[in-house]
Amino acid sequence: MAMKPTFALGPPMAEPLAPLDVIVEANRCLNCYDAPCTRACPTGIDIPRFIRRIASGDKAGAARTIMDANPMGASCARVCPTEELCEGACVYTPDAPAIRIGQLQQHATDWLMADGRALFSPGTPSGKRVAVVGGGPAGLSAARDLARLGHQVTVFERDDLPGGLNTYGIVPYRLPAEVALWEAEQVRRLGVDIRTGVAVGTGVAAAELLAEYDAIVIACGMGRVPHLGIPGEDAGGVWDALDFIRRAKEDGAVPGLGDTVAVIGGGNTAIDAATASKRLGASSVTMFYRRGAERMTAYAFEIEFARSEGVEFRHCVIPKRIVTNEGRVAGLELIRTDTDGSARPIPGSAYTIPVDNVIRAIGQSRFAALLDAFGVIHEHGVAVVDDDMRTNQPRVFAAGDCMFRVGAGDAMVVEAAERGKTAARSIDAFLREGTA
Amino acid sequence: MADLSSNLAGIRSPNPFWLASAPPTNSGYQVMRAFAAGWGGAVWKTLGEPIVNVTSRFAGLNAGATKMIGMNNIELITDRPLDDNLREIAACKAAYPDRPIVASLMTGCTQRSWHELVNAVQDVAVDGFELNFGCPHGMSERGMGSAVGQDPALVEQITRWVKEAARVPVIVKLTPNITDVRYTARAAARGGADAISLINTLNSLMGVDLDTWNPIPHVDGKSSHGGFCGPAVKPIALNMVGECARDPQVTVPISGIGGIATWRDAVEFMLMGATNVQVCTAVMRDGFRIVADMIEGLNNYLDDRGIASVAEIVGKTVPRFVDWNDLNLDYKIVARIDPATCINCNRCWIACEDAAHQCIDRLVDETGASVLEVDEEHCVGCNLCSMVCPVDECITMVRVDDGESVHTWRERLSVPS
Repeated sequence: MAMKPTFALGPPMAEPLAPLDVIVEANRCLNCYDAPCTRACPTGIDIPRFIRRIASGDKAGAARTIMDANPMGASCARVCPTEELCEGACVYTPDAPAIRIGQLQQHATDWLMADGRALFSPGTPSGKRVAVVGGGPAGLSAARDLARLGHQVTVFERDDLPGGLNTYGIVPYRLPAEVALWEAEQVRRLGVDIRTGVAVGTGVAAAELLAEYDAIVIACGMGRVPHLGIPGEDAGGVWDALDFIRRAKEDGAVPGLGDTVAVIGGGNTAIDAATASKRLGASSVTMFYRRGAERMTAYAFEIEFARSEGVEFRHCVIPKRIVTNEGRVAGLELIRTDTDGSARPIPGSAYTIPVDNVIRAIGQSRFAALLDAFGVIHEHGVAVVDDDMRTNQPRVFAAGDCMFRVGAGDAMVVEAAERGKTAARSIDAFLREGTA
Repeated sequence: MADLSSNLAGIRSPNPFWLASAPPTNSGYQVMRAFAAGWGGAVWKTLGEPIVNVTSRFAGLNAGATKMIGMNNIELITDRPLDDNLREIAACKAAYPDRPIVASLMTGCTQRSWHELVNAVQDVAVDGFELNFGCPHGMSERGMGSAVGQDPALVEQITRWVKEAARVPVIVKLTPNITDVRYTARAAARGGADAISLINTLNSLMGVDLDTWNPIPHVDGKSSHGGFCGPAVKPIALNMVGECARDPQVTVPISGIGGIATWRDAVEFMLMGATNVQVCTAVMRDGFRIVADMIEGLNNYLDDRGIASVAEIVGKTVPRFVDWNDLNLDYKIVARIDPATCINCNRCWIACEDAAHQCIDRLVDETGASVLEVDEEHCVGCNLCSMVCPVDECITMVRVDDGESVHTWRERLSVPS
């Protein structure tokens, strides 16, 4: 899966554990029974087991335990909010530091990436064909498990490379694209046909997939960052955060990046855009969020990281107008909002600051038309599914960001992977109905 | 400040911590450093016939990330000329007159060779002899070391020969590589030994290299059984010391050896009948400096309990070390799990479920929190749950019998049915 080298943009957020630390940390694990860390992992990785395998020197066994439960195990080792999941549940807390599960997981998966062996093999051919729409974490996870169950799987990915947000949308010092591409390669090694540069809906019609495949998984994720809906938004120097991060990752530079950058939003993508701006050379980077700090959806450790990178925060403000000069961003007019959480603007509180760039990171749009093309019922572009990832269409399933409702839990990579696994299990049961 | 001085069969030392005959007492340089660090005495690396050593010599047993909970060795007795050793012993004695130096000896099984060795060594005014009847490797193939210590008749005979020549106390060091150490301990006493010391090292093979399939440690691809020591052997040593201490025919004082690394270990050996203790592996791992912690810790322990002299604790637990037949069958304890300190790792549950008596229940309290509870009716009080619990004092063993009734197996057998 050739790709030009991506740019690291400086040291990783967390350095890999040193060998000595691995030994100490792996042996510190208490090997709990029915462990809270495993219960807290959306993909249910048997964490004490993989740690015990590291401790006994069986790195292949450790990596297999991780990747068996989570096809995105290498990415998740880096991007999971472990404090809120496995490490947050560690029985050592709060009396002693939690086991550094994420870093141990990275140790095991780094070993596997360097080793190069294939851990899994395709299942006995079922004769059934499944199309996966979207090659991000959910789609690849579904494809991986479907292939292991013996189904013939084709992934349709509109971008040039598989991996979705893991490849393009997360800053490289949190997740290098090579890790996401390696995970996609493991799926391909199982015989999955990953067709990149093919957009379902335009490149290939939904009806065509419905005609040619026994089942479909829609894992199209989400789209671009919507517009702010304020004057001046089409000026040069205004960026969609995802485009910005992708450009930073692919080119190591963003054209027209000035000294002063305003990032609009309070989520993890906003944080990524802000820290990337800093690392690309902007001297002043400020995040503007419409509500109070406690309402920001970015993880605490991400906010802390951004602070350590020199990013500043302004809460309870919304952008009102982008001031332009000869077609380029020159400033940003903001207005303060009520601190009661309502985000209501306070009349007469507007002020203007000089900025060179405005990066919007206020969420992502939905692919409603694509869902419509498959006849899938959705709510404002969010596919409606049951617990088994079934849509209203008997042969169509949905997983990942396209079925995550806003406010109903975090759209984490690890959740997407789990939904992909669930879809695969569910499709397998569906395809084998009456054949057992 | 408690009186830490000790007197083993007339050999007095300012504290009960001696270095065992081993690599740390191989030279005057080392023993000088040890005395400067505070060691109460030293048993010099075994003197005897000239030998040649091999490389490599040692291997460690690790427990997880903890290194060297045990070690074994295939090193023989001193490989330095006797004259060098004697000159250095004299120099150490001159520099530290209050610290006893005991010469460990090993030679062939003739009266003459033992007399010659004893006479050659006692000219430098050593404070005692320790007869090495224990080393299980190498020398045993030449009829020495544990080859002697496994034969009570030889132990008695050689002890007698040494006593004929020795002008200072004689300690007989016993091998644990024997079915019942009391037989050789009694033989040493019969032979006139002034004290016994135990245990020497246990026969062992440390491991096999998974890549090369060489035994560990290996000498050019081959290995031989070696002597095992360190914290991992402490329970074996403590039992043997206790068995000798409670044996009426073992009438001599005991120097305790085997896995002693801290003042706590030392207190245990002394309670179990050792007059003093000897240390090797802990020094091999951490250096002579550990004795400062042992002295301070022992002193604090005694001071906290108002015990004026360490000699007062010697043997205090021996009367409580009895035959199984004398244990109280009516004594009943059960485990209690403190929900306030329990961290819900469920280690007690899986241990009890798979390896004990299935008497811990996983419950959910009214707030939805997990709670572990002991089914006291079925708990046999085995202690396993409290052993696997990572939290101190979370699982306690609580007495539930009437506290008065005593009924032993021996009594049961003597009652006509």
